[in-house]
Amino acid sequence: MSQYVLSVIASGGVWAILTLSLNLITGYAGQVSLGQAAFFAIGAYAAAMLSTRTGFGFVPAVLAAMPITGVAAAALGLLALRVKDDFLVFATIGVNFIVVAILQYTDAFGGAQGIVAIPLPAIGPVTLQIGAYAGLVVALALLAGFASRWVERSWLGYGFAAVRQDELAARTIGVPAAQLKVVAFALAGLLAGLAGALYAYFLGNVFPQNFAFVISIQVMAMLVLGGLGTVPGAIVGAAVLTALPEILRPLADYRYTIFGLVLVITVSFLPGGIMGHGGLGDRALGRLRPRRAAT
Amino acid sequence: MLRVEGLVVRYGAIEALKGCDLSVGAGAAVCLLGANGAGKTTLVRALAGWERPVAGTIELQGRDVTRLPPWERQRAGLGVVPEGGRVFGDLTVEENLRVSGRDADTRIGLELFPVLTERRTQRAGTLSGGERQMLSLARALAGRPRLLVIDEVSFGLMPRAVESIFGVLARLRDEGMSMLVIEQEEARALGLCARAYVLSQGAVQLEGPSGELAGSEALRAAYLGGAGSAAG
Repeated sequence: MSQYVLSVIASGGVWAILTLSLNLITGYAGQVSLGQAAFFAIGAYAAAMLSTRTGFGFVPAVLAAMPITGVAAAALGLLALRVKDDFLVFATIGVNFIVVAILQYTDAFGGAQGIVAIPLPAIGPVTLQIGAYAGLVVALALLAGFASRWVERSWLGYGFAAVRQDELAARTIGVPAAQLKVVAFALAGLLAGLAGALYAYFLGNVFPQNFAFVISIQVMAMLVLGGLGTVPGAIVGAAVLTALPEILRPLADYRYTIFGLVLVITVSFLPGGIMGHGGLGDRALGRLRPRRAAT
Repeated sequence: MLRVEGLVVRYGAIEALKGCDLSVGAGAAVCLLGANGAGKTTLVRALAGWERPVAGTIELQGRDVTRLPPWERQRAGLGVVPEGGRVFGDLTVEENLRVSGRDADTRIGLELFPVLTERRTQRAGTLSGGERQMLSLARALAGRPRLLVIDEVSFGLMPRAVESIFGVLARLRDEGMSMLVIEQEEARALGLCARAYVLSQGAVQLEGPSGELAGSEALRAAYLGGAGSAAG
C-alpha cells in the first residue's frame, strides 16, 4: 500500500476513535455535544507538549493524555449538569471556541504557531513508520470499539440508555443520572484524549485550527451517518467520511460542505444512519442472520 | 412505612397540594382516590422526588426523604410505578429490569409475570400497553422496594390486563408488601386495599376502611364535595 493510502487509513482510525468518544456521550447517554474537538485538542496538545517539552516517549505521552483529557471532560460534564438539551449544545459549542482561543492566544501552548516537531512515534527502540502506525491506530480503534460495546452491554450502558430515553423515569428507579452523565463525559474524554494524542503524533505538529468547530461538526456527521448509538455505526461513519473526500479529490475543497450535506440528508432520510436500527446495514445484515433480539 | 405531613406543592401561583397528610403502615395496602385535578398526580410526583414541596415532610421507614433526589429515595426503599409505565423502549425487557442497579433482582418480576419471561429479549417498545405496565411494576420490584407507589396502573388498559395486574398486586399485598395505589377505578382500588384516602382540592377530604367507604354517601360527597367544601 502506498504511503498515501496508509495515511488515509491512520487518519480514519483516529476519526473512528473520536467518533466512538462522541458516541458515548451523545449516542449512549443522549447528551448532545458539539464541542468534541475541544477534547480532541486537549488530548493532542497534552501528548504534543509532553513529548516535545518533557521528553515523554510515545507510549507514556499517549497514556498520560488520556486521563488528562478524561478529567477535563468530566469537569465539563459537571458544568453540563446545569444545562440540558439545546442549552447543552450551545454550551459545548462555546467550550470548543474557548479551548481553541486559549490555545491560539496563550504562549504556553505555542499560540498560533502551535507545537511543532513532535518526534516520530516509537515503541522502545522501534520507530513506527506510517504502515505500522496505521496498523496500531486501527487496532486501537477496534479496541475502543470493543470497550464501547462492553460498556453498552453493562449496567452502566443500560443506565446511559435509561437516562437518554427518560431521565425522570431513570432517576425514579434508582439510576443516578447526574453521576452517569459525568461518567459518560469522563469516558468520552479518555477516548478523545487517545484520538488526540494519536493525531498529534500522526501530524507531527499541532495548531489550534486543527481543532476548530468544524471538526466537531465533522465528528457529529460521522456518527449520525453511521448510526447514533452504535459502535459499528461510529466506525463505518468515520471510515466513509474519511474516504469520501479522498475519493472525490476534486471536491476536497468542499469537504465541509459535504459533511454538512451528509448531516442534513442523513437526518432527513435515514435517521438511524447506515448501521443504526432500520438503517441500510441493519437491513442488509438482517437478511443474512437470524434476527437476534434487540441489540 | 410512609408518613406524609403537611405537604404543600405549588406550580407557580397554583397550589396543587395544600397541606396533605397521609400514612401507609408497614405491610398495609392503601389506596388514594379522587377526581381529576384533585392532586393525586402531584402527590405521586412529590413522593417520587420530581417536585420539590414548599412545605411539609415525607418520611420513609422513619427517615426524612423530603430533600432526597429520586434515585436516593429508590435506594431508601421506594418503588414507583409511574403513570403510563414509562419503560425504556430501546432496552429489552431484561435490560429494563437490570437498569435499576448492579444488584437488581430481575427474578421477582419475571416470576410474577410469566409473559415477561417469554418477552425477555424483546424491546420494551414492542410490548403491549398491559405488558408495559407489568414491566414497569417488575422494574420497580427489581429494586427490592419496601413501599410501592403505583400511579393509575389500569389507565387505558384492556380489562384482562387490568385483571392480571391487580391479581399480582393482591399477591404482593398478601405477601406483606406496603403499597399506595392511586386509581381512577375506585371499586377495584377499594377491593385491593384495606384503607382509602380521598383527595380533593389538594387535601385529604376523607379517609377510612375501604369496606365502609365503598359505595357510601360520604365517598360520593368527598369526590364531589371538594368543590363545595372549597367554598366553605
